Amino acid sequence: MSAGRQRGQRRPGAFRLGLVAALFVVLAFLTLPLVAIFVEAGPGELLSSLDDPSALEALWLSFQATAIALGLVVAFGTPAAWLLATRSFPGRSLAITLVELPLVVPPAVAGIGLLAALGPNGLLGGTLAETGLELVFQTAGVIVALTFVASPFYVRQALAAFGALDPAIIEASRTLGASEARSFARIAVPNALPGLIAGGALAWGRALGEFGATLVFAGSLSGVTQTAPLAIYERFSDDFTGALALSAVLVTLSAVLLLGVKLASHSKVLGSARA
Amino acid sequence: MRHWLAGALATALLAAFGCGGGGVADGGERRLTVSAATSLTNAFEEYGADFAPATTRFSFAGSDDLAAQIRQGVKPDVYAAANTKLPEQLYDEGLVGKPVKFAGNRLVIAVPAVPAVGDDINSLRDLGKGAQNLVIGAESVPVGEYTQDLLSRLSPSRSKAIRARVRSEEPDVAGVVGKLTQGAADAGILYITDVAAAGKKMRAIELPPDLQPNVEYAAAVVKGAKEPVVAREFIDGLLSGRGAAALRRAGFEQPQR
Repeated sequence: MSAGRQRGQRRPGAFRLGLVAALFVVLAFLTLPLVAIFVEAGPGELLSSLDDPSALEALWLSFQATAIALGLVVAFGTPAAWLLATRSFPGRSLAITLVELPLVVPPAVAGIGLLAALGPNGLLGGTLAETGLELVFQTAGVIVALTFVASPFYVRQALAAFGALDPAIIEASRTLGASEARSFARIAVPNALPGLIAGGALAWGRALGEFGATLVFAGSLSGVTQTAPLAIYERFSDDFTGALALSAVLVTLSAVLLLGVKLASHSKVLGSARA
Repeated sequence: MRHWLAGALATALLAAFGCGGGGVADGGERRLTVSAATSLTNAFEEYGADFAPATTRFSFAGSDDLAAQIRQGVKPDVYAAANTKLPEQLYDEGLVGKPVKFAGNRLVIAVPAVPAVGDDINSLRDLGKGAQNLVIGAESVPVGEYTQDLLSRLSPSRSKAIRARVRSEEPDVAGVVGKLTQGAADAGILYITDVAAAGKKMRAIELPPDLQPNVEYAAAVVKGAKEPVVAREFIDGLLSGRGAAALRRAGFEQPQR
């Protein structure tokens, strides 16, 4: 009947309208707070409140701590991901789940857990005290907190990147007499590099934004443990423009990191096209 | 189809934004939102459970952060701070009604009940010696401001020795309490009520009376509150009645007149 056909014609129109409306809501909701950071105070005001030694100190501390944390994540995460990607053994799924667990653990809970494990009264507190390694209230503690929350972002991505490699190229290098270590270093890592870079950028972004675990486990002291997100929180109450300025820096850095991830995944496309 | 979509969208928007509005809950019951200093947590939760005129919802944080929220347009019904300065500032800015002093408190040195070996702290004079780890509130939160007030009354060398051993400046009293009860710090500066609330986990060391800052709490009805009348009742109850009783039980003192 014509009524049925009419309804059939109208349905995709209404549906499309709904899709567009949903996309509009999603975009507006997600971008408005980030745009507001730059609009609420003018660029001049933002720049001038960045000219504050303690703000620069917090940014510098964030840069150092996240760089060291990323180094640790890559150094341990890459071989661990390779093992998980290339072997099947009992408990492999469990191991992968455990590696991913910090993704869903609330940061404050991570801080409490780190304190219960590595704090002075914690499980390993006595052992740590004997070695003379102090974490709570120290920059080293910040690095531990960042490493904990950021690791899964890298390991997951590395696991996927290694898993997506063509087993034939690894096998070929092995048949040609290369050791596993050599084919890992010369074949697997270079071919998985776009994925590894993307994972590293995501892990770095997560570490840069870390707040709860750092505050609970390491505390907040300017120049020692007060990273940029902690400095933003401290400024929130008495220097809102200063908080906005530091936030603007973090948003910009995160956007650059995301762009890096996009470019890395783009070069993966180019790489496979060339191969 | 279009109606269905519009309905779904409207429902989603209501779910996303609806929770911020409406003082009257679904059952027609009144709902009072109170932004209060973290140090008031136990006393206010006890008072709130007994508060007949409305269901109370509390937002506990550093008084300075709660004031910053109000400056950004957040409108709880009641603002209760651990000092008189912040409510007075908001009153001068036209954001809250006239503040009322409702309680006093005392600053103390708090130490873990089981101190680390060799870190016996029994008076203010023992602070700032050896390899102590001290934790205080950040200067923007009232407990930190009172702490700075205390340190400024000591001799420069004494306050310098203490400041040099501060390992963390926490955003509110809860952060200081946590670092002490976890044994991460050897001593902190807190309110006597925080030590009482932590049960047997901490011990309080009184300050010499001449060094004790004047710790006073003040509350005000927020301008544009959805429940101004109930908010006023809530504050009145802090001065005499169940609120006052809950405050005394938690260790708060009468405000000075």
